[in-house]
Amino acid sequence: MTVESTAARKPRRSSGTKRAAGAASARKTAAATAQPHDAEPQLVQLLTPEGERVEVDSHPEVAEFAAFVADVTTEDLRGLYRDMVLTRRFDGEATALQRQGELGLWASLLGQEAAQIGSGRALRDDDYVFPTYREHGVAWCRGVDPTNLLGMFRGVNHGGWDPNTNNFHLYTIVIGSQTLHATGYAMGVAKDGADSAVIAYFGDGASSQGDVMEAFNFSAVYNSPVVFFCQNNQWAISEPTERQMRVPLYQRAQGFGFPGIRVDGNDVLACLAVTRWALDRARRGEGPALIEAFTYRMGAHTTSDDPTKYRADEETAAWEAKDPILRLKAHLLASGGADEAFFEELEAESEALGKRVREVVRAMPDPDTMAIFENVYADGHALVDEERAQFAAYLASFEPAEEGH
Amino acid sequence: MAVEKMSIAKALNESLRKAMDTDPKVLIMGEDVGKLGGVFRITDGLQKDFGEERVIDTPLAESGIVGTAIGLALRGYRPVVEIQFDGFVFPAYDQIVTQLAKMHARALGKIKLPVVVRIPYGGAIGAVEHHSESPETLFAHVAGLKVVSPSNASDAYWMLQQAILSDDPVIFFEPKRRYWDKGEVDTDAIPGELHKARVVREGADLTLAAYGPMVKVCLEAAAAAAEEGKSVEVLDLRSMSPIDFDGIQASVEKTRRLVVVHEAPVFLGTGSEIAARITERCFYHLEAPVLRVGGFHAPYPPARLEDEYLPGLDRVLDAVDRSLAF
Repeated sequence: MTVESTAARKPRRSSGTKRAAGAASARKTAAATAQPHDAEPQLVQLLTPEGERVEVDSHPEVAEFAAFVADVTTEDLRGLYRDMVLTRRFDGEATALQRQGELGLWASLLGQEAAQIGSGRALRDDDYVFPTYREHGVAWCRGVDPTNLLGMFRGVNHGGWDPNTNNFHLYTIVIGSQTLHATGYAMGVAKDGADSAVIAYFGDGASSQGDVMEAFNFSAVYNSPVVFFCQNNQWAISEPTERQMRVPLYQRAQGFGFPGIRVDGNDVLACLAVTRWALDRARRGEGPALIEAFTYRMGAHTTSDDPTKYRADEETAAWEAKDPILRLKAHLLASGGADEAFFEELEAESEALGKRVREVVRAMPDPDTMAIFENVYADGHALVDEERAQFAAYLASFEPAEEGH
Repeated sequence: MAVEKMSIAKALNESLRKAMDTDPKVLIMGEDVGKLGGVFRITDGLQKDFGEERVIDTPLAESGIVGTAIGLALRGYRPVVEIQFDGFVFPAYDQIVTQLAKMHARALGKIKLPVVVRIPYGGAIGAVEHHSESPETLFAHVAGLKVVSPSNASDAYWMLQQAILSDDPVIFFEPKRRYWDKGEVDTDAIPGELHKARVVREGADLTLAAYGPMVKVCLEAAAAAAEEGKSVEVLDLRSMSPIDFDGIQASVEKTRRLVVVHEAPVFLGTGSEIAARITERCFYHLEAPVLRVGGFHAPYPPARLEDEYLPGLDRVLDAVDRSLAF
């Protein structure tokens, strides 16, 4: 049994005797290695890399979380699998479109499908999502048409969708800024007396930003219903996590007064479970929680960088063995949860999605020139009006004169 | 009684009170705004009357204050945040410039960000560093923000409510050295437009344009110039983004001379933009180049030197003389 080495253990908790026990355990782990973050991650796992369900009987410490996915049926598992496959296909198509010059840039989520689909499927419609610029899988779960995500990467807009249609905020480029927006939104949710929750996505690199610390602190001080979902994909462009932190990320939550938990980010079931757990707490008025999804960015940070320049092939190969999609496929096959027909149908659906994405992107029109002046202000602005009129007149000066003139 | 004499500080307080009474979505956030009522007491008594849920004491984190205000605005609230002093706004500058200013455009107009950022600004109160600066140009330069500053109690009362009612983010600069100046406030009046300049003294020979704390200095300069037989018009700009160029143009076409006065450094300041645009618009009307009076390209000095740094009566009158000499 290989579960032992990656065994799910009790997360550090922020209350009572459990905290003391957790701290002792953390010290033991730290003592075993020079770099605590290099240690074999202590993470919640419900599905091993080989696709085996972790037995609650042999690992009672995961029972609390396993309970949150006790209702997940085989059909649900197929649904999660479908989400991951289609998201990966969309992502791969976007990467290809960038290489073909159709997109200016693309930030691939390859390898992070389980973290995004697991957490995204834990959400209710009335929850609100504040993403970074890589949450294509979460957007998928929210019902955002994936082609909407491509506008900003093609350069036709800076976001473009209405955040309130799917309760999915615009992608945020400035690292970590959105964690504060999420916290403020959650403060509003609490003021409204609503029982919905808010989730803020960010990466291990963002955890170095002051805004993220301020978001942790504000949310703790106001006991706001916000879940911080960090996808620790091990690399912030070329900088490894060693350059971001000295202590495991999830442990930071304790210093702010709320629980932090590390989950196997390549295990869609575990991600679903811990996110449900954190959302439930938030809804009950128990305040924020930090989830560190321990995962891996299989590709480049964006299409602009070259990961072969900064990381070893062996590392990537080791993570390939933990692939979130292969893991669930193995489970579905072994358990008889899906047959070949399912995979074939999904492949056809995947092909159709790829085709649609290609067609929509290539047909995406450039915005009207005068869009430069649109929506700068809600109430208008005299200078914008003046410049709009001047530029319109300038453009009109190039139009051919009417015949006879 | 509709007309009441009150200080600018009191007018701002009354304005906030009225805005909160009128709209339950209006919130106040900032450091020490609750029990203390703010270091300048602008929010005095509001927490007592509206509760901790609406007058929110925050952790000491300016980026956090503005960033969470953005989130609250996205949820449908209208936060009015207080930055304690001008020089402390910079930790929040990122949130204001990269997020608050641009989110409406990024969402193609689908969301609005009705956030007011109140900043007590300017010098002449003998403070230590970072407590006396005039960073308005840094905000006016950013598309998506509106930037205003009242100079008197009536404007303080009305402009703040108009800023709160605006669906755009407004950076509201309060002239801290004028907080205790009293003036009449007609709380039943129909206020003028938020971004319109106003002639506060009629004149025929030269226009002095100023805003916030410098309007009073310019009025004193105009009175002194009048004793020498010079007729100086004083224009209160009231808004730095947008700037009411039509209002300035109308005055300059009448007086043919313009001097712009502000506490902020002259270099690339509001006066520079006004000089450039008025030169374009009024080239054939001008009898003299547009002159600027303001701070130097130097850090705001220690308090014992601020009287030399800040434009006072003599420096304004010197500029008036130089303009009239052309």
